[in-house]
Amino acid sequence: MPLLEIHDLHVAYGAIKALRGVSLNVAEGEIVTLIGANGAGKTTTLRAISALARPSQGRILYGGESIVGRPAHQVARAGLVHVPEGRGIFLNLTVEENLELGGYGRRDGGIEQERDRVYALFPRVKERLRQVAGTLSGGEQQMLAIGRALLARPRLLLLDEPSLGLAPRVVQTIFQVIREINQAGTTILLIEQNARMALQVAHRAYVLEVGQIIMEGAAADLAASDDVRKAYLGVHG
Amino acid sequence: MADFVQTLETALAVGSLYALIALGYTMVYGILKFINFAHGDVVVLGAWISYTVAQWCLKRLAPADGPPLWLGPVVLACAMTVCGVLGFLIERLAYKPLRRAPRLNVLITAIGVSLLLQNVGQLDAVFGSSPVSMPALLPNPALVRMSFGGPGSSEVVIGLVDATIFVTAGLLMLALETIVYRTRLGAAMRAVSFNAETAALMGINANRIISFTFVTGSVLAAAAGFLYAMKYPGLNQPAHTIWVLLGLKAFVSAVIGGIGNVRGALLGGFVIAFVEQFGAFYISSNYRDVYVFALLIIILLIRPTGILGTPYREKV
Repeated sequence: MPLLEIHDLHVAYGAIKALRGVSLNVAEGEIVTLIGANGAGKTTTLRAISALARPSQGRILYGGESIVGRPAHQVARAGLVHVPEGRGIFLNLTVEENLELGGYGRRDGGIEQERDRVYALFPRVKERLRQVAGTLSGGEQQMLAIGRALLARPRLLLLDEPSLGLAPRVVQTIFQVIREINQAGTTILLIEQNARMALQVAHRAYVLEVGQIIMEGAAADLAASDDVRKAYLGVHG
Repeated sequence: MADFVQTLETALAVGSLYALIALGYTMVYGILKFINFAHGDVVVLGAWISYTVAQWCLKRLAPADGPPLWLGPVVLACAMTVCGVLGFLIERLAYKPLRRAPRLNVLITAIGVSLLLQNVGQLDAVFGSSPVSMPALLPNPALVRMSFGGPGSSEVVIGLVDATIFVTAGLLMLALETIVYRTRLGAAMRAVSFNAETAALMGINANRIISFTFVTGSVLAAAAGFLYAMKYPGLNQPAHTIWVLLGLKAFVSAVIGGIGNVRGALLGGFVIAFVEQFGAFYISSNYRDVYVFALLIIILLIRPTGILGTPYREKV
């Protein structure tokens, strides 16, 4: 049984249909990426999963249970942790407070273990604990956002455009960390406009176009397909 | 010199009251981005409940040698409890159903709640429409006497009542400051205030944080009402303009301090009280309200975010 199963998901913003029957699944231990152009519905898909957007139709099963209609904070507490578009850092809080809030929903204690792991992954974050988060650079904010999500001890991590607006070196670091997090046992659903990087790190991929899945398969196969190469990897001829 | 120090002392006492009330306005604004116009009426309720409870207890006890010392804290606790529950109910019944409504609707609802509280308070079955006199729960001996030479009045007196106001208000502000800036709950409050949607992704139940905010603000308002009644025992009927002005000045305090900012509300309360008291003493007491609102206009012109308010810019 997949960890996450989505069947025929529809989401509309007023008259605009953002998703028109998306179905996908993510198995335990995988990195799955959802690629597509701006406005294809990638962010909306993640928002529907984490209950920030309300589907008008369709089913979302997490660990076999339907989570449609549950409030967002309960979905998060169930281990389905979403790092939103634009990173969602609380710029008015310190770096440390941001991190602590990552573990807010946990009742099991034992946050120290994850905290040490985050410090090991992102030494830069540890150096800046006392700083107000608004003073961090974009890359540092992204590291903080991922680190904060790890403090929630996610079973499924949803990442929305982690490479957006970052320098190439930083993007490399972030993707390296994504791989490490996955190897440590966390399932990841990643959405990216940087299809090249996403297809390198992912096991499987879905291509989203105007609210519908138009292609799916192993990431390596998609990266080799002519259609994907032309449309998303900028390779011509 | 004596006049100056006495005015300063009054300004500090009045400023603590403004600051306590301003905290409620600013916390609610910080989280829900609307002005809870009914907040000033919770202060009135706090004062009137204090009166009612004190009166009832004194009638029961009929103490021969003045009210016992424990009565003040008991009355305060009753007022805080009732107002806390009321704050919770106001949010639940009036504002929560409008969580997704345009902000103007919530604002108008807040005015409606304010009118409701004022007018229900005036009913004979509730507090009635005549002024009453708050019984003195504390003796008011001079704690401090400062003598200054020179012409005119040369002595400054700080009584027990004013000292009680400083200490109670100070402790409550310290407690709030600690909750907001030193606890996980406070961090969650500030997170919801920054972005409620992202806060939900952390597993924070925003509704619970909002309820907590209303209860806390109302409890502080009740304390302000109690302390106000201790200082000015002639309580006007619940819909009197003097109450409206009190709420309005506290609101102005929150705005000039930087609305949404807890420390700004504290600062604003004292700034407003200083301008009002010193203007009243040294220029003319007829214009005491004018100084306050003139300062508001000036601040809004030169620094619209208030003294401590800073707009945050998001990095992309």
